[in-house]
Amino acid sequence: MHIFVNKKELDRQIFYKRKLGTHKPINKSRYLPYICNSLKNGNMKIGVVVFPGSNCDDDMMHVMGDVLGYETVKIWHKQDDLAGLGKNDCIILPGGFSYGDYLRSGAIARFSPVMKEVVKHANEGGYVYGICNGFQILCEAGLLPGVLLRNKNQLFVSKNVHLKVCNNVNPWTKGLNRALPLQMPVAHADGRYHIGADGLEKLIENEQILLRYCDENGALTEESNFNGSVDAIAGICNEKRNVFGMMPHPERAAESLLGNEDGKTLLSAFFNHMIAV
Amino acid sequence: MSSELIPDLSVAEKLGILPEEYDKIVDYLGRKPNFTELSVYSVMWSEHCSYKNSIKWIKTLPRKGGSLLVEAGEENAGLVDIGDGLACAFKMESHNHPSAIEPYQGAATGVGGIHRDIFTMGARPIAALNSLRFGTLDTPRTKHLLKGVVSGIGDYGNCLGVPTIGGEVYFHPSYQQNILVNAMSIGIVKHGETASAVAPGPGNPVFIVGSATGKDGIHGATFASADLTEDSAEDLPSVQVGDPFQEKLLLEASLEVLQTGAVLGMQDMGAAGITCSTSEMAAKSKTGMIIYLDKVPLRQSNMKPFEILLSESQERMLIIAQKGKEKELLKVYKKWDLECVQIGEVTDTGMLEYFMNGELVAHVPADSLVLGGGAPVYDREYTTPTYFKKIEDFKIEDIEIPENLVETAKRLVSLPTIASKRWIFEQYDSTVRTNTLTTNRNCDSAIIRIKGTNKSIAATSDCNSSYVYADPFKGGMIAVSEAARNLVCTGAKPLAITNCLNFGNPYNPEVYYQFVYAIKGMGNACNHFGTPVTGGNVSFYNQSVFKNKTEPVQPTPTIGMIGLIDDPSKIMTLDFKEEGDTIILLGESRNDIGCSEYLQHIKGIKNSPCPHFELETESLLHDVLSSLINKRLLQSAHDVSEGGLFCTLVESGIPGNMGFKISSDSLIRKDAFLFGESQSRAVVSVAGHLLESVLETLDNKLIKYHVLGTVSSGKIKIDEQDFGDIKTYKDIYKKSIESTLKQ
Repeated sequence: MHIFVNKKELDRQIFYKRKLGTHKPINKSRYLPYICNSLKNGNMKIGVVVFPGSNCDDDMMHVMGDVLGYETVKIWHKQDDLAGLGKNDCIILPGGFSYGDYLRSGAIARFSPVMKEVVKHANEGGYVYGICNGFQILCEAGLLPGVLLRNKNQLFVSKNVHLKVCNNVNPWTKGLNRALPLQMPVAHADGRYHIGADGLEKLIENEQILLRYCDENGALTEESNFNGSVDAIAGICNEKRNVFGMMPHPERAAESLLGNEDGKTLLSAFFNHMIAV
Repeated sequence: MSSELIPDLSVAEKLGILPEEYDKIVDYLGRKPNFTELSVYSVMWSEHCSYKNSIKWIKTLPRKGGSLLVEAGEENAGLVDIGDGLACAFKMESHNHPSAIEPYQGAATGVGGIHRDIFTMGARPIAALNSLRFGTLDTPRTKHLLKGVVSGIGDYGNCLGVPTIGGEVYFHPSYQQNILVNAMSIGIVKHGETASAVAPGPGNPVFIVGSATGKDGIHGATFASADLTEDSAEDLPSVQVGDPFQEKLLLEASLEVLQTGAVLGMQDMGAAGITCSTSEMAAKSKTGMIIYLDKVPLRQSNMKPFEILLSESQERMLIIAQKGKEKELLKVYKKWDLECVQIGEVTDTGMLEYFMNGELVAHVPADSLVLGGGAPVYDREYTTPTYFKKIEDFKIEDIEIPENLVETAKRLVSLPTIASKRWIFEQYDSTVRTNTLTTNRNCDSAIIRIKGTNKSIAATSDCNSSYVYADPFKGGMIAVSEAARNLVCTGAKPLAITNCLNFGNPYNPEVYYQFVYAIKGMGNACNHFGTPVTGGNVSFYNQSVFKNKTEPVQPTPTIGMIGLIDDPSKIMTLDFKEEGDTIILLGESRNDIGCSEYLQHIKGIKNSPCPHFELETESLLHDVLSSLINKRLLQSAHDVSEGGLFCTLVESGIPGNMGFKISSDSLIRKDAFLFGESQSRAVVSVAGHLLESVLETLDNKLIKYHVLGTVSSGKIKIDEQDFGDIKTYKDIYKKSIESTLKQ
C-alpha cells in the first residue's frame, strides 16, 4: 500500500507541537468566540461564487462558515446580483475547473453573468478573494495583473508547499510574521504566474506581492519555486489592496484534525483585520 | 418489424456469439434475430456485462452480513452502514483494455465510470483510489503508458473535485502489453436517500441526460472481452473519450434532482450504453420499455440504430421520472446546462421495443438479456497449472546469500514497485474537499474524515499478484489479509471489500484454476475477518499475444477495502518518532524468501513458493495491533510487505529522518530476515515508559514477537554492521521512479 502523503517532511519539533495523531475531535464550540466576534462586528458576510466546475465552493463554505464563523452564502454564477451582499462584504472565487478550464483556465468564467457584479464590487472598493481557479479568473477578468501559465514541469502538481509572507501591512496578510513560512497544499496545473518586466517592477514598487514560494526555512530557492513563477510569486493583490489572488489552498490547511492550521492563520489575518476595522 | 436482412450464424460469430448462444437467442425470440438484435445480445452476453464465465464462483463469496445495507449485485455498488444515519457506497472497476490502447482516455473514462456508479446511487463521491499494474518501467512503452494513465486519472479526478487519496502501483513483465488500471470510488449517502436502478410504473417517462451520443466505444464491452493483440491499436474507436467537466455537472445536477422526488430510477450508462441501462432497469422491475432512438441527442449524423444502442459515449444517465413531475426534472438539468430529453416510456410488456423513425428495429425480452435472467451461465473447466512443478522445485539452499547486503538493500529500495510513487501521486489532487487526514500523517492506509461526525473512513487497495501466481488460494487470502492489516495498522476496523478480478482467458483451464482458487482464498479470508464483498468487477482476457504465444498476466484479484475509525485521536501513523524508542517486530521471522521482490528482481528467480501464511496467525496479529493502538501504547505501526523487514524499517524512518539499530536472528538466513516477505508481520515502535505494558500485552496474547532494537537519529546499523544513513535511502527511494522516467 502506498499512501498519497504530501512528501514534505515535518520538522520533528513542529511535528510534536502539532501533536499529530492526538487530535481532539472537532468541537464547534471551540469556534464560538469567533462566531461571537463576527456577530458583534456584525457586518461582514462572505459570498462564495459557484461556477459550473467549481469544486472548492463547499470547502470555502465549510472553512469560512463552520471553522471561522462568518455568515456565508453561495452565489450562483448565473445570478446578476450578489445575493444581497454589500460593499463591506467579501466575495470569494473558489478553486476548481470552471467550465472545465477548456480554452484557458478562467477564460470562460469571466463572462459569467455574476462577474459583472463582482467587477463592479471590486471597483467600488469591495473585497474580492480568488484562490487557485479563482486567482486565474481574477487575472482573466483584469482585476489582477498578469496571467497563470502551465507549470514549469508541464504537469499537475499536488503537494504541500511553503509560502513566505512578503508584505504584512495589507488587509489580507496583516500582522503575519514574515520570518515564519506558512505551509499549505497546492493543486494546479496552470499556476506559473507570469507578468512582463514593467508589470513586475510595478508589483514590487507597490508592494503588491503578498506571498512567494519558499522552502521550509523561508529561503527562496529554485527548487521551492516548483512551478516556475516569475519572482516565485504565489499571491498578489491589486494596487488598492481590496482584491487578492493566490494559487495555494489555505482552506485545505485550516483545521487541527487535518494536521495543519497554517491556512487558518492566513485566513484569520484577514478576519482580524476586519474586526479591527 | 424492420425489413433489414436477417444475418446468418457467421455474423453472430464475428460479434463474439457462440453457436449455442445463437440458438438460445432464437429460442427467446421465437425467430432469428436481425442485426440490431444480434448486436444487443452480443454486448449484453459478453463477459463484461453478463459475467457468464465467472458468476458461478463469484456467488460463493460472502455477500451478506457485517454492516451491509445492500447486497452485492443488487445495486450499482454495495452499501455499508457507518452509523450516524450514513452509509458508504464503494466499488472498484477495471479499465484495462482501453488503457492499454489509449492510456490517457482509457484511464480517464475508467475513473469517470466508477464515480458515476457511485453517484447514480445518490451518494456523493468523496474519495478515489486506484490500483495500477505496468510492465518493466525501463522500457519506452511502459513509460508512455505510465505517463498517459497517470495524467488521465489525474485530469479526470482533479477536474471532478474528488480527491485521489491512495492506491498501489506494481511493475512486472507479465503486464508489458496488457496493463491493469483499476479505479475505486467511495461515496457517502444518507440512509433512505439512495437511488435505485429500476424502471417501475408503466407510463412513466424515460429520459436521457448528459452528453450527446456518438460513435465512440461501440462494442467496447465486446472488446473488453477479447484477447488483446498487436493489432488492437486498430480498435481505437472502441475506446471512449471522457469529459470530466460534463461529469461534474452531471454529478451536481443528479444529486440535486434526487432531492426533488421526481426521480423513480436512475442508471448510468457505461458498458453497452443504452442497451444495458434500459434492459437492466426494466428487467429489475419486471417491466418493459419503448425507446425512440431517433429522439436520442446525437453527436454525429447518420448513426445506425445499433450504433445508438451500443454507443459507450461517456457522461450519460438514464432516468425514469414520475409522470407529471417531468418539469421539476427538466428545471434542475436546465440550471446545470445539461441536455435532458425524453426518449421513451415504461411499459408492462416485459419487452424492450426500440424504434427508429417509426420503425421497430429491435424487439427483445428485457429479462433475456441480463445477468440473473436469460444471460448464459457457464461452468468452465480448470486444471492445476503445470508451472506449479517449477515452483515445487525451488530450493532456498540454491540461492546464495549476497556478500554485500548493503548494496542489495539499496537496489531493493530503488525497485519501482518498492520506491516512492511520489512522481505519480503528486499529479493527483489529494486534498480537495478538505477531508484527507493522511496529507500530514504517514499511514498504512488513506483516511478521510466524515464532516459532521466524529468518524473517518480508512481505505486501501492491495494485491501482490506474484503470490497469487505461486498459490492462487493462499495469494487470494493474502490480498484480503494485507488490506485488512493496512487498515488495522491505521487504527481502523475493517468493514467490507470490493474487488476487481483481473485474469487471463477463462477458456484456458490453467487460468481458470487461478481464478477459482483465488476466489476461494478471498472468500475464506473475508469470512474469517467478517468483511463481506459489496461488489466489484471481473476482467478476463488480460493477456498479450506475442507471435502466436499467449501469455496471461499474473492473476490479480485486487482488493479494495474500507474500514471505520470512530475516534480520530486513535489514528496510528507509521513513522518513527523519537530516538531511543524500542522497535518490535510482531509476528515471526522465517527462512522464507519465496516470491519476494528480492528473489524476483535481485536474484532473477521467477518461480518460487508463496510466502508463509496462516489465517489464524493473521487474525491474532490484527487483534494484538488493535488492542495496542486502542490502549494508546504505540508510537508507530507499519505492516511488513514488499521488500520485507528492511524496507518496512526504512519506510518508517524516512518521514522523520530516523534510522534504526537492530540485531537479526541467528537462526534465520540474513537475506530472509531482512528481505523475506513472510506474512502476518508488523513493525511497531514504543516509547520507553510504555515498553513494559506493551510486552505484557504481547505475552498475554501469546503472539510471537522479536524486540529488534531501537530508533536512531539517522544511522542504520544491523548487527553492528553499518548500513549507512537513512538519508541515502531516502534519496534513492524518492527519486528512483522519476529518474528512470527521465532516462
